[in-house]
Amino acid sequence: MAEMAKLASIAPQERRYRWLHAALLGLRAGPALILLLLVVVVTLTTPVFFTSRNIGNVFSQTAVIAILGLGQLLVIVTRGIDLSVGSTVALSGVVGAIVFLHVHSTVLVILAILGVGLAVGLCNGLVFVLGRVPHPFIVTLASLSIVRGLALWAANGTLIPGMPHAVDTLGGGSVHWLPYSFFVVVGLALLALVGTTYLVWGRWLYAVGGNPDAARRAGIPVGRVLVSVYVPSGLAAGVGGLLTAGLLDSGSPTAGDLSELDSIAAVIIGGAAFAGGRGNVGNALVGAFTIGVIRNALNLHNVNAFYQLMAIGVVVLLAVEGDVIRGYVETRVRLARAMREDE
Amino acid sequence: MTPVLAVRGASKRFGAVVGLDAVDLEAHAGEVLALLGDNGAGKSTLIKALSGALPLDRGVVEMDGRRVTLHSPADARDLGIETVYQDLALFDNLRPADNFYAGRELATPRRLPRSIRLLRRGEMAATTRTTLDRLQVRLDDDGVVGLLSGGQRQAVAVARAAAFASRVVILDEPTAALGLRESRRVLDLILRLRQEQKAVIVVSHAMDHVMEVADRALVLRRGRKVGELVPSTETYAQIVSLIVGGGA
Repeated sequence: MAEMAKLASIAPQERRYRWLHAALLGLRAGPALILLLLVVVVTLTTPVFFTSRNIGNVFSQTAVIAILGLGQLLVIVTRGIDLSVGSTVALSGVVGAIVFLHVHSTVLVILAILGVGLAVGLCNGLVFVLGRVPHPFIVTLASLSIVRGLALWAANGTLIPGMPHAVDTLGGGSVHWLPYSFFVVVGLALLALVGTTYLVWGRWLYAVGGNPDAARRAGIPVGRVLVSVYVPSGLAAGVGGLLTAGLLDSGSPTAGDLSELDSIAAVIIGGAAFAGGRGNVGNALVGAFTIGVIRNALNLHNVNAFYQLMAIGVVVLLAVEGDVIRGYVETRVRLARAMREDE
Repeated sequence: MTPVLAVRGASKRFGAVVGLDAVDLEAHAGEVLALLGDNGAGKSTLIKALSGALPLDRGVVEMDGRRVTLHSPADARDLGIETVYQDLALFDNLRPADNFYAGRELATPRRLPRSIRLLRRGEMAATTRTTLDRLQVRLDDDGVVGLLSGGQRQAVAVARAAAFASRVVILDEPTAALGLRESRRVLDLILRLRQEQKAVIVVSHAMDHVMEVADRALVLRRGRKVGELVPSTETYAQIVSLIVGGGA
């Protein structure tokens, strides 16, 4: 009874505020809920989907997107973008294959592949910061082109076959139905999670993304922070190159085509703000797997790959619209709060 | 009594324009000093110099009677001077505690480079809560600062400065963007800083706010100090005429 009276006595304004607040919580949980819903719907409509074998496939097909997405997340949190990751997947694999032609050393091949990723990332970061380029879009658009060109030139336009056994296993092998690449994703995700949430560096990423001027005034080394996100993004592309080369048992100069767009889509579907400062590791993975599950489901239904491209595009649009609605709700919450204070 | 912060003969030129011309200023502990003047009078130049953001051409800055150098905002912070800029310099995407400690995070172990130390998140959250409680700043929840109302954001920015300013808090137009009730809260906050024996310097256009909280008012016009007096109903007209330069 008393509860009822209390509820009735709540002013309409207060009720409105609670509604807005609930809506905001809902929007925040959005990406994960959408993936969950997607999995449920696909499972009900496609019996083969939720079998261990197919789930293994989903993991295997999504691993590279997820890994590139983790690197892309760091970059997008600082208001940046890295368009070069797809090309880096190709160049690192090609360089690895060339190294393998000359020296039969697994360690050297892996180091070469990861080294290419690291080098491309470092170049992106240094050119962007030291060159005082207004936006990383330009820098990484240039390296997208340069790095792809290098890969095609080095491979003479064709596939270079051969990869060390260990690389093949990592890229294509599995423990029972769980692919090795799944464990690579988990490992890198944990690393990214620790970096972004438990280290000072992580706090700096969000500060720089949220308010670069204030970050500078607060004594945060903004330039170094910006360089520091392109390096792991390049390195992640190197890991993507490693898995792709292993899967193909060769270095392909056309590998990773358009996967920079997949990685950006994954981060945005995961609810990160394109304007920087917001996004997290868990949601970036959710975004990657949303793409992976949609592709897999459409594959299982033998839907033409062209439609798959369009479907992903539509999901990206929906995610961005979700972000717009979120911004609107946040403004209303702020206003409702100000009014509440004046009560 | 030795002032906490003193500036003597502060001068700054921007090409042919005189920003500051031999201005003296003293700020005492437990006192609110208002810095008044029309647009372009030199208020911003002076507080930028005091917060280390702008070097003076000539002039001496002293703390507790000892000469100090302010080459960067970091110098000023190390000396216990905190500035709340008009744009607040808040990180809307971060929670109050992260805003408080941005750029000066508590983290261990100290032998590692700063960027890869582990954040002491619990400690930062607890200290922030204590400071907010002490200054009676009430927030709706511990969400990000971007979701707070204008007054609450201002309060978070002032509380952040208060938390780290051992000696001097400089406030640039703290009530300019606020409504009546929200301004009231910020003024109360300023009085609490005074109680805590901080030297408070307030730049403001809002005369009624100045009259209420300031113990002393320093008036600048075209880069020169044209008067220093105690704000009261009797001196109100005089202050206004000093500001606008109407033949007082």
